[in-house]
Amino acid sequence: MSDTLGTDTAEGRRSQGTPGTGGTAASVPPDPPRAAARRRGRARTRLEIAALSAPAVITFLAFVIFPVALAAYYGFYQWKGYGKPTDWVGLNNYRLILTDPAFHDVLWHNGLILVLSLLIQGPLAIVLALLLNQRIRGRSTIRVLIFVPYIISEVIVGTGWSLMLQSNGAANDLLHRIGLGSLEADWLSDPDLALWTLMAIITWKYVGFAVILMLAGLQSIPDEIFEAAQIDGASYWQIQRRITLPLLGPTIRIWAFLSVIGSLQLFDLVYIIWGQYVSGTAGTSTMAIYMLAQGRNAGNYGYGSAVAVVMFVISLAVALVYQRFVLRRDLKGAVTEGTV
Amino acid sequence: MSATTTRLRTSRRPGTRAPAGRRDAPQKWGSPVTYFVALLFVGVCVAPVLFIVLGGFRTNSQITTDPAALPDPWVGGNYLGILESSVFWGQFANSLIVALASTAGIVALGLMVSFVIARYDFRLKGAMYSLFAAGLMFPMVIAITPLYLVIKDLGLVDNLLGVIVPQIAFGLPTTVIILVPFLRAIPNEIEEAAAIDGMSRIGFFFRMVVPLSLPGVVTVGILGFVGSWNNYLLPLYVLNSQANFTLPLGVQVFSSQYSTDTAKVLAFTSLAMLPALVFFSVFEKRIVGGLTGAVKG
Repeated sequence: MSDTLGTDTAEGRRSQGTPGTGGTAASVPPDPPRAAARRRGRARTRLEIAALSAPAVITFLAFVIFPVALAAYYGFYQWKGYGKPTDWVGLNNYRLILTDPAFHDVLWHNGLILVLSLLIQGPLAIVLALLLNQRIRGRSTIRVLIFVPYIISEVIVGTGWSLMLQSNGAANDLLHRIGLGSLEADWLSDPDLALWTLMAIITWKYVGFAVILMLAGLQSIPDEIFEAAQIDGASYWQIQRRITLPLLGPTIRIWAFLSVIGSLQLFDLVYIIWGQYVSGTAGTSTMAIYMLAQGRNAGNYGYGSAVAVVMFVISLAVALVYQRFVLRRDLKGAVTEGTV
Repeated sequence: MSATTTRLRTSRRPGTRAPAGRRDAPQKWGSPVTYFVALLFVGVCVAPVLFIVLGGFRTNSQITTDPAALPDPWVGGNYLGILESSVFWGQFANSLIVALASTAGIVALGLMVSFVIARYDFRLKGAMYSLFAAGLMFPMVIAITPLYLVIKDLGLVDNLLGVIVPQIAFGLPTTVIILVPFLRAIPNEIEEAAAIDGMSRIGFFFRMVVPLSLPGVVTVGILGFVGSWNNYLLPLYVLNSQANFTLPLGVQVFSSQYSTDTAKVLAFTSLAMLPALVFFSVFEKRIVGGLTGAVKG
């Protein structure tokens, strides 16, 4: 619909017949159109649209879209970040990235983290949400407490866990005390263990968020459906498997999408706990760590920008494929709603 | 809108389930297995946080001899020392300024643009919504290197504004996605009544939309505040001098500076997380409700 006078717009919407407003439509007669007023109104509407949306659109374009476009530009240069980039190297940065064994390592780590996050957190969150969705005492308190790790910043989580997991830290001491001394290990620097330690910390930090999402999804399923199934003699597990899980589908798919995007960007936790150098030897480094180390910290802004572009392309490809094949039904009306 | 429906549904639930409770009283308590698992889960979630908080009440020798034990005796010196230090309060103030300014910016800009998208009809409306929705694909990590260069060109390196403005920009996508359904849900009758009474669209915005969308605004504001309070990557790139550090940077620097003084690090860390925790526990319902709304689009 093109620009229209304010009152016209309201009528246009009314005539579309939203359930609540249909009844009143007949009682308010439309104003007789007056061309001059309409033109003035239209200009005014345009001005309002511009004034209200400009600050957000400009800020967003300048600090989100423009930097991403800049990265694409700088990525073609060998550039130290001073003056104008002049040393055009074409696709050389990208060739170097894609052939660098260190980049293959971080890509592999990101991939592992992505898959393991889905496989560990997904089922765990669903089971916990099903349990917590029952009517038990103190449900709201439990809900607050399981969300605590998600609210605390990555820096604090990282600092706390790295102190606990040191070889002479609280984790090993606790194992020793409960008679599992044989399980004591060098959780952070043993390359065979470090990634699993990271997965444990990630699960600890983010599973509460997943559970809260699933709980919200469960509560949007009408009780009548469960009652009907119960009357038909379905067992608890049959109900969960045949009714709850399918109806929870949209929530699970959105959660998985958020988790995948989060896994591809993982930075803070690894950087705080392992740092730029140790994360490489412990096998927990991620693409974002590689970007910081090879880009800003090495002073190679052209190369860092190229890494950013590679990360962006990977994330975008994953996101598009996911939306195309998995989220299509759920997002109908969310991302594509603009065409209304 | 979704947030409100969820809340309504939650409050209606006890009524619909009441007959089951009356019929079978012990059912109300649920099975012990449920409680056991719930307690275990809560324990796992909370124990590391307790370790950090309680560790601050111990001495280093206590921590070295018995890493996983309760304070014995309790020592307040670590906390007091940090509460008396100007470094902590300086960083606290920086974090607070950045978080409040970012939140105000996110809410103001987000509310205005969401209002346009939700309640005006114009040709670029769809494109605008898609632009912000696509912003969810541009996380800060990916844009950080060139973003730093933009900030550098604007002369905002080592300036709190260099953190605030990009945080507003990156907060907008979530804000728009949450607020647009909220604003759409305001009944048209209200807008018509306002128009008949001679109120302009702008007047309608300030007098009706802002108060009516308050729940959504609060949700967005909380997400913005907590996100800013916890942000590490952007301050890491932008802020250089210790006087400008926000708390996450401060925690990291403090823990490497005093790496031998574990108790002090733990005290500093727990004081740094306290504001976000308090903020969260006060507004917990809104945060959870807002996330629900966001998920359902």
